[in-house]
Amino acid sequence: MSEHNAQPPSGDSHDHYQGHHGHGEETHPGHSTLKGYMVGFVLSVILTAIPFWLVMANVIESAGLTALIILAFAAVQIFVHMIYFLHMSPKAEGGWNLLALIFTLILVFIALAGSVWVMYNLNINMMPGVMSEPVLEMQSQ
Amino acid sequence: MQDETDLTSLIFGRLSLESIPYHEPILVVTFIIAALAGLGVLGFITYKQFWGTLWRDWITSIDHKKIGIMYIILAFIMLLRGFSDALMMRAQQAMAFAGSEGFLPPEHYDQLFTVHGVIMIFFVAMPMIVGIMNFVVPLQLGTRDVAFPFLNNFSFWMTAAGAGLTMVSLFVGEFGKTGWLAFPPLSGIQGSPGVGVDYYIWSLQIAGVGTLLSGINFMVTIIKNRAPGMTLMKMPIFTWTALCTNILIVAAFPILTVVLAMLSMDRMLGTHFFTNDMGGNMMMYVNLIWIWGHPEVYILILPAFGVFSEVVATFSGKRLFGYTSMVYATIVITVLSYLVWLHHFFTMGAGASVNAFFGITTMIISIPTGAKLFNWLFTMYRGRIRFELPMMWTVSFMVTFTIGGMTGVLLAVPPADFVLHNSLFLVAHFHNVIIGGVLFGMFAAINYWFPKAFGYKLDDYWGKWSFWLWTIGFYAAFMPLYVLGLMGVTRRMNHFDDSSLQIWFVIAAIGALLILGGIVASIIQFVVSYRRRDELRDHTGDIWNGRTLEWSTSSPPPQYNFAFTPVVYDNDSWTDMKKHGYERPRDGFLPIHMPKNTAAGFVLAMLSAACGFGLVWHMWPLVGVSFVALVVGFIIHTFNYNRDYHIPAEDVTRIENERSQQLDRYA
Amino acid sequence: MTTNATDATQNLPSSHFYVREHHPEQGTLLGFWLYLMSDCLLFAGLFATYAVLSNSYAGGPSGADIFDLPLVALNTSFLLLSSITYGFAMLQMQLKRVNGTLLWLAVTGLLGAAFIGLELYEFAHLLSEGYGPQRSAFLTAFFALVGTHGLHVSFGIIWLVVLMVQVKRFGLTAENGRRLMCLSMFWHFLDVVWIGVFTFVYLMGVL
Repeated sequence: MSEHNAQPPSGDSHDHYQGHHGHGEETHPGHSTLKGYMVGFVLSVILTAIPFWLVMANVIESAGLTALIILAFAAVQIFVHMIYFLHMSPKAEGGWNLLALIFTLILVFIALAGSVWVMYNLNINMMPGVMSEPVLEMQSQ
Repeated sequence: MQDETDLTSLIFGRLSLESIPYHEPILVVTFIIAALAGLGVLGFITYKQFWGTLWRDWITSIDHKKIGIMYIILAFIMLLRGFSDALMMRAQQAMAFAGSEGFLPPEHYDQLFTVHGVIMIFFVAMPMIVGIMNFVVPLQLGTRDVAFPFLNNFSFWMTAAGAGLTMVSLFVGEFGKTGWLAFPPLSGIQGSPGVGVDYYIWSLQIAGVGTLLSGINFMVTIIKNRAPGMTLMKMPIFTWTALCTNILIVAAFPILTVVLAMLSMDRMLGTHFFTNDMGGNMMMYVNLIWIWGHPEVYILILPAFGVFSEVVATFSGKRLFGYTSMVYATIVITVLSYLVWLHHFFTMGAGASVNAFFGITTMIISIPTGAKLFNWLFTMYRGRIRFELPMMWTVSFMVTFTIGGMTGVLLAVPPADFVLHNSLFLVAHFHNVIIGGVLFGMFAAINYWFPKAFGYKLDDYWGKWSFWLWTIGFYAAFMPLYVLGLMGVTRRMNHFDDSSLQIWFVIAAIGALLILGGIVASIIQFVVSYRRRDELRDHTGDIWNGRTLEWSTSSPPPQYNFAFTPVVYDNDSWTDMKKHGYERPRDGFLPIHMPKNTAAGFVLAMLSAACGFGLVWHMWPLVGVSFVALVVGFIIHTFNYNRDYHIPAEDVTRIENERSQQLDRYA
Repeated sequence: MTTNATDATQNLPSSHFYVREHHPEQGTLLGFWLYLMSDCLLFAGLFATYAVLSNSYAGGPSGADIFDLPLVALNTSFLLLSSITYGFAMLQMQLKRVNGTLLWLAVTGLLGAAFIGLELYEFAHLLSEGYGPQRSAFLTAFFALVGTHGLHVSFGIIWLVVLMVQVKRFGLTAENGRRLMCLSMFWHFLDVVWIGVFTFVYLMGVL
């Protein structure tokens, strides 16, 4: 429906050129803080050290379980990086950054999972000898 | 002596005089014709002293309107080349019966169908849609240019460079003989040791960079540069389809880049991505390239859908029916296009479960398209329809595309596809949707927006000839192929032994000649329109009684598009403005901030082309020098911070006054 | 929206329909973010290829045979450290301190160079053993994925040096601020990809 008010809508229309004035708050999502970076760093160190330790020290019997755990740690650390280093938030760029990220992650998942599934089936049917030893991560999926 | 040979092979790689196919009469004649035409054009430009204008106003222009026009000119030139390939193939297949092998042996024929596909998809369809989006989107958004005007210029020249590299392959070396997607192992170094596949790879990599950057450019433009008040759901429907198209471009083209890079590594470095031995898996190539390939065809069709939505609304004199559902249908198509790719290789052996999943998703994706078709029909219902040329193309599209879409759903059924995969039925299906959908959409778009771009309408008489010849020609050329496909005839064959098939190929060849007539009629249409331009002049800028903001500008629009930024309250904002008695302002114009022209895009693209040529022919010094020059050139460009200027208020006032006077005379 | 006779004659002042001055918002940061998303998909293609080919040893070595986890751990720490040193550079930039910014950028660049150096050492070692990308599909996919990441880091270092020159010469202008933000996103994104690499390639390769 059209709303013909007396004034033109303000909302998105900025009357001054932000670029010229250099204040990027509108477009860059959150101020970086020392605290933010340090928290992100410490978390990342922990989330890196544990997977390395799990694998190098052979802590868990089951390779499959270890794989799942380190993948989970990787996912969490990526999330930490996104929040603390890349300042990911629903407010960044009016929500478009987050939307683009979510869409990309969905597509990455489709490309990865889809390719693995498709190629697994193709290999079983069409590549004699290749699949005599089932692949580790396939089993755990 | 030894040193000279070593030096020669260092500089020229595997390029030699033997690379020039002067033993092939067809190519020699083609070269002579092309050279004469080229010299004619260069001579004409020199005679008219047009070089300065060409450089200043076109080659270095960052104006989206000029860049859009250049894209479409490129597309048209490449259409002539790609269609010549088609004519030759039709002639060959119609002739090669009863003992005759025709005039095109397999190694020649194979290059033809390969380069025909590559040119038509990458250098005709893509530039046409990108060109239309370039011209129209900023005007429809009520803004002055795209978000990154310099990048826009660079994107165009990269596409042109890719096209140029493919054209060079005709006269220096050869093209691939692998089909337009170049599956390994045929496209690997053992299957195709020559330069053909390398030309293919580097043309597409160069053009692909341009396309990807253009995708980012338009996404940011549409997200950030809308006129005040224009929320997403108040955007013209064409800009919605443009947004989704560019999302698909940004999301899909990296996959093409990476898979072609892997193929080139196999060829040049001896790696084992897709080889027969050492663990390579060529099925992974097919998988990855179709993960790109399916979104690609939606990239091609979505802008056409957007054009049809605009045209149907304008020429029915009615608001588009079901705007919201159109938007959602477009978004659904965008997302679903990533879930269907395996339907291109049902027969490769993934098995019933996988095939069933993808068959179902493929059938689901036809639903939103169907919804769009109904919305167009409901828009027309009870409208006051004017059958101007854009509307004629639209009606032909509706019938033709529906048939093509239905054969697609037929192919989506895996058991049916097992019979029809890689038959002429498939060839007929994709030409049906691409010609009936994309090409007819682009012809509608060109006829619709040409007056806006050039200030005069296109001639109706020759336009109608073109329309009828294309439509009838298309059916004559491709319906026989459906029949042949159902009979079991395979694609990409230069001849068949069964003479009972000949009649169908002859009908198809006649269809191709009718289409040739359509193309010639188009060319005549442009020439005649130019000659009659004073009679056909668009004086008001709103020649069709349009509904969206581009029709509020003059034809052609001024460099800066809008002296004052329009404010939007509703969909079909121009109709809204007219309804409320809008009158353009006559004074109070301010200086306008504009980006400067630049040679950087052209130079960097030409360096890329040189690098690509060097990679094809293994001319390593050329590769090294051009690549370093590319990086250095780009870095130097970033040191130029002084990229804008202001159009003085007096100039704006003068231009706006001229328009006001013209409107006063003709309104 | 209904259309009837009264609507058509209800004129509004034309000034209702335009503003005299309007500048669109800066799109550089969004545009660069979108480029990074496309780069994500490029890496997705490489990861997918690695996943499919990761067991095709062709009689050659597997991951467990060739991966040197302590070296990878060291490399990971270089890259992670370089992420926060870049963060410190950004903090300096926010405080408008040119020299502070340049200092931390230099440290970041050095850490990045250390990362690349160590990676080149790893590759050279593998090549000398005959375990280059031509040996098997597994090694092809490994070199392609890790090598592409390394190429990205290398280009990032070149960009970093160029930006340092530009900040020194032209100061912390709005344009340079935007460029530093873009490089920041690029740099952190490369660390994100590396998390995927060390987890999926190195750690899982050894399991």
